[in-house]
Amino acid sequence: MKKEIKKIIQVNNLVKKYKNLVAVDHISFEVRAGEIYAFLGPNGAGKSTCIKMLTTILQPTEGEIILNGNNPKESKDEVRKSFGIVFQDPSLDEDLTAYENMRFHAFLYHIPKELINKRIEELLKFVELWDRRNSLVKTYSGGMKRRLEIARGLLHHPKILFLDEPTLGLDPQTREHVWNYIKNVNKKEGMTVFFTTHYMDEAERIAKWIAIIDHGKIVAQGSAADLKKLTKTKTLEDAFLALVGHNIREEEASALERLRQRRAARRR
Amino acid sequence: MLLKGLGKGGLQDADNMRTIYILWLRQLKKYFRSRSRIIGSLGQPLLFLVTFGFGFGAIFQAAGEGSYIQFLAPGIILMSVLFTALFSGINLIWDRQFGFLKETLVAPVPRFHIMLGLTLGGSTVAIIQGFIVFFLTLPIGFKPVNLALLPVALIFVLLVAIIFTSLGTAIASLMEDMQGFQLIMNFLVMPIFFLSGAFFPLEGLPPALIAITTIDPLTYGVDGLRGALINVTSFGFMTDTLVLGLVAIFLLGLGSYLFEKIQV
Repeated sequence: MKKEIKKIIQVNNLVKKYKNLVAVDHISFEVRAGEIYAFLGPNGAGKSTCIKMLTTILQPTEGEIILNGNNPKESKDEVRKSFGIVFQDPSLDEDLTAYENMRFHAFLYHIPKELINKRIEELLKFVELWDRRNSLVKTYSGGMKRRLEIARGLLHHPKILFLDEPTLGLDPQTREHVWNYIKNVNKKEGMTVFFTTHYMDEAERIAKWIAIIDHGKIVAQGSAADLKKLTKTKTLEDAFLALVGHNIREEEASALERLRQRRAARRR
Repeated sequence: MLLKGLGKGGLQDADNMRTIYILWLRQLKKYFRSRSRIIGSLGQPLLFLVTFGFGFGAIFQAAGEGSYIQFLAPGIILMSVLFTALFSGINLIWDRQFGFLKETLVAPVPRFHIMLGLTLGGSTVAIIQGFIVFFLTLPIGFKPVNLALLPVALIFVLLVAIIFTSLGTAIASLMEDMQGFQLIMNFLVMPIFFLSGAFFPLEGLPPALIAITTIDPLTYGVDGLRGALINVTSFGFMTDTLVLGLVAIFLLGLGSYLFEKIQV
């Protein structure tokens, strides 16, 4: 008997235009339920923009998205309940403790009262932060913050976990650690994982299916082996360079980066 | 706008109340944790009260207007409410820059409820700040005339707090970073405060200034609070409450509308 595999994310001709820039240019793809799917691309390729549209915080200019059977245009809250997200930039409240950050999330996602404490304990133990649950997040290291964000993203038992460059700026040990948690939940709960990265090894080791994205377009997709075969190369890195070329990309600084630069300049 | 938001899901729904509650609680926790900020923000109103209060006291008395400390204290209380309220609204910009706003915006809750939670939290903090300043004015020489009217005073403080927290949220929804901040201070907050009649009676001003004081919502707050605390009012409680109430509803609506439009 052939088992029908459910498509949990379907994207059709997605476009995001800004005044003088097309950030995402007619992208279409599908993600099967339970799969680990990676968007691999250089800086400014449109990865984050795409994730923002998938997670309802940015309005697409054109195109259709179906997440877990729902269209974000019509049933935003249904879509929002179905995913968890770890953003590229930290999104914790640093003046609250880890436990308070988790509790805040639990309230916003309407987790039943009697389950809240149990689940927070479970997840904070899972990411090994339970002992530090009452410390303010501003005393945490980068790796600890990431782990906390992952725990928070899993708190409402989402069907899909979005991760936007989840291991950016982490050391190899912490990266390993973080991926182990995620792979674990993916296997145990069958949770779909969608992540963006520009680390080749990460995409190759973790993801079943890779879409290479550049200039807002998907230039190729398939398993790492497929991509290597397609470009007749030996490594994913060579395949990547063969597909997107060797030019270095310029990315516009975000508001936060501008602020950091200003602060750094003032200190000098 | 406001009614649509209230209708959708309804505020009596326990889940929605919990959303508003946790946002409110967060503001309060952050407030009580920043003790240096609380103390720092008390310095300015007290400095104004002491220097102007005693500095101009003799002249004010000689002009036959009575005690200047009595006249000034309600305005100084609202000054701290105005500043705290507006800044807690503007704090939204920090949430945006440091990423926390995204966490609230992807949650499966109507944005109107988020805005309501933020506004109530900011207003509560502003009211507490107003209370602290009120208690500090007492040893300096301020004497409320009728203690039975304190609940009325609280209503005016509450309305002023809601108005300026919503205004802060509205402004913050339009600003990406803190760069326009000085502009707001100089061209909005200071004029609102100085032209509210907090410092001087509004009679006998040039027509241009009269026009500005008339459209300044804080004018009605100062007048109402003065009425409640020292029994002196030019417009009367009815007018003051009505104007403040309408402005509060308008700004709460505007704040929610602009907050609804935020894209990260």
